[in-house]
Amino acid sequence: MNITYHFPILVVALPLVGGALTPFVGKINKRYCALWSILITFFSLIISLFLVLKLALTKKPINYYLGGWSPPYGIEIRFDELSAASAVILGLILLALIFSWRYVQKELDERSVVPYYSLFLLNTAGMVGFVVTGDIFNLFVFLEILSLSAYALVAIGGERIAEMAAFKYLLMGAISSLAVLLGIAFLYSITGTLNMYDLHQRLQHTPYLKTASLAFSLFLIGFCVKAAIFPLHIWLPDAHAIAPCPVSALLSGLVVKSGILGILRIISIYGLHTVLNLTFLNSFLAWLGTISIVLGAFFAFFQNDIKMMLAYSTISNIGYIVLGIGLADYYGLVGGIVHIFNHAIIKVTLFLCSGAIIYRTGLRTLSDLRGIGRKMPITMACMSIAIIAITGIPPTNGFICKWFIAIGAVQRDKPLFAVALLFGALFIFAYYIKILNSAYFREPIRKEVEEAIEAPLSLLIPILLLTSACLVFGILAYAPLAFIKPFVERLLA
Amino acid sequence: MNIFLKLYLNFNYTVSMILFLIGLYTIISKSNLIKKLIGLNIMETSVFLFFISIGAVKGGRAPILEGTASQVQYVNPLPQALILTGIVVAVSTTALALSLIIKIYEHCGTIEAEKLKEMEEGR
Repeated sequence: MNITYHFPILVVALPLVGGALTPFVGKINKRYCALWSILITFFSLIISLFLVLKLALTKKPINYYLGGWSPPYGIEIRFDELSAASAVILGLILLALIFSWRYVQKELDERSVVPYYSLFLLNTAGMVGFVVTGDIFNLFVFLEILSLSAYALVAIGGERIAEMAAFKYLLMGAISSLAVLLGIAFLYSITGTLNMYDLHQRLQHTPYLKTASLAFSLFLIGFCVKAAIFPLHIWLPDAHAIAPCPVSALLSGLVVKSGILGILRIISIYGLHTVLNLTFLNSFLAWLGTISIVLGAFFAFFQNDIKMMLAYSTISNIGYIVLGIGLADYYGLVGGIVHIFNHAIIKVTLFLCSGAIIYRTGLRTLSDLRGIGRKMPITMACMSIAIIAITGIPPTNGFICKWFIAIGAVQRDKPLFAVALLFGALFIFAYYIKILNSAYFREPIRKEVEEAIEAPLSLLIPILLLTSACLVFGILAYAPLAFIKPFVERLLA
Repeated sequence: MNIFLKLYLNFNYTVSMILFLIGLYTIISKSNLIKKLIGLNIMETSVFLFFISIGAVKGGRAPILEGTASQVQYVNPLPQALILTGIVVAVSTTALALSLIIKIYEHCGTIEAEKLKEMEEGR
């Protein structure tokens, strides 16, 4: 049998097994852990790119049956258009790991280094598994793997407040996972299957509509907590601001998105209009998204801590994605899903830039960091480009998604949403201007800033690559559409 | 009247939903972090009970095929297998949460959520 046949499972199994083996590698020599995790992620990335290429060429999902048991009895891995996100996940994690190499040596306790890499790989496995699986209970298991490792990664910084933030995150996260599990129980009780494709078929003519809608609402609550949508966002700012910078990048850029991808999976199981009438729910989601945009931007405006600002900005940007999904038409959905991809790149860039600044100065408030732009020109230049991208100014990659969502809002005769979107963008611009202002146009007041020099090369390379990705995907803005378009068209059919 | 009869006839579902709400209430109302965690465990147990009882068949036997297929009814083994996984997940969540609580106690000297909040605001 051809080895490429086993690639869909290998892309998950490599980081999972690698993460479990990291403590043993650490026993030999702690230094090897970084290299080990980078290598594992690199090989998974290659496999994932191969699968994405195969998917792009054949335009058919790649199926893999675990243990040779065909569905609906066995667990199926289904590498479809949404699973192409695994390449993005692995690529961004690879860069975050390269960044971690020097960063972790300086910022983390000696004892935490080995668990750090182990948890990072487990989290990778959870996220990749989450997007490639075709079985809904498997989805829950991977959701738990990625959440549990995320809780531990928040606490790994070891500050007093870090554990409290992690506990708050754990409590809300565990309740939301239970909601998802209960939803799966309801779905299983009315359909008798766990395979997502099979569920989709059987739900089309189920007589138990009330139970189906109860399950849907449970899924929605569960994934909304994971995605930090407005009333359920309270765990996010502390957890994301306190974790070490590469972890914040991972959490803000990718882990939060798993909630959104979960919502998309559930919508694709139910169908947008076929089983339940989701019109009310969609407008509800759009409103929640709008409130998230405005409130997130509003709170970010009054933060002085640079990472706190970025954390609130994540809430605001998740709002854009949810607004796009809630509009439930072609442009809205495409814009929302493209924003998942683009925001991941931009937010990882921003957090890694702030990480480089913290690495050199140890400072994190805007008032302390005055004049940093002159001392660390390359880092701040990259950060400025990312700031332009997150505001949504062309030719960066943040523009296309907001443009699409705005078109969607206008086409649905809901111009109010477009106004809220522009208002949010303006607010975001206002608070990022604050960063640019204090970095470039103010005199340094702290001696750490005056003594700072440009970040080392191993920190700069990931940042430069990510920044160029921001620009490249601004110009080749339609590249991700090759995967997103078929998915959205299937959803709307 | 009808609804009470239904609740009585499906008392396994009723009990699991009551347990779920007791757990949720404990998490929200109690200030002690350990008690919150106990509430979480009650919630988890209620979901497991619900999932297991979906697959139950009255008078059903353990699904082990002996020789030829017989006329005996079997219970559905799939929910049991799933809940075994669910229990493992719940145990690891509890272990992580307890270790976090130990760390919080070491750093702050208290595990009352209200006092912790005061300390957090006063930092």
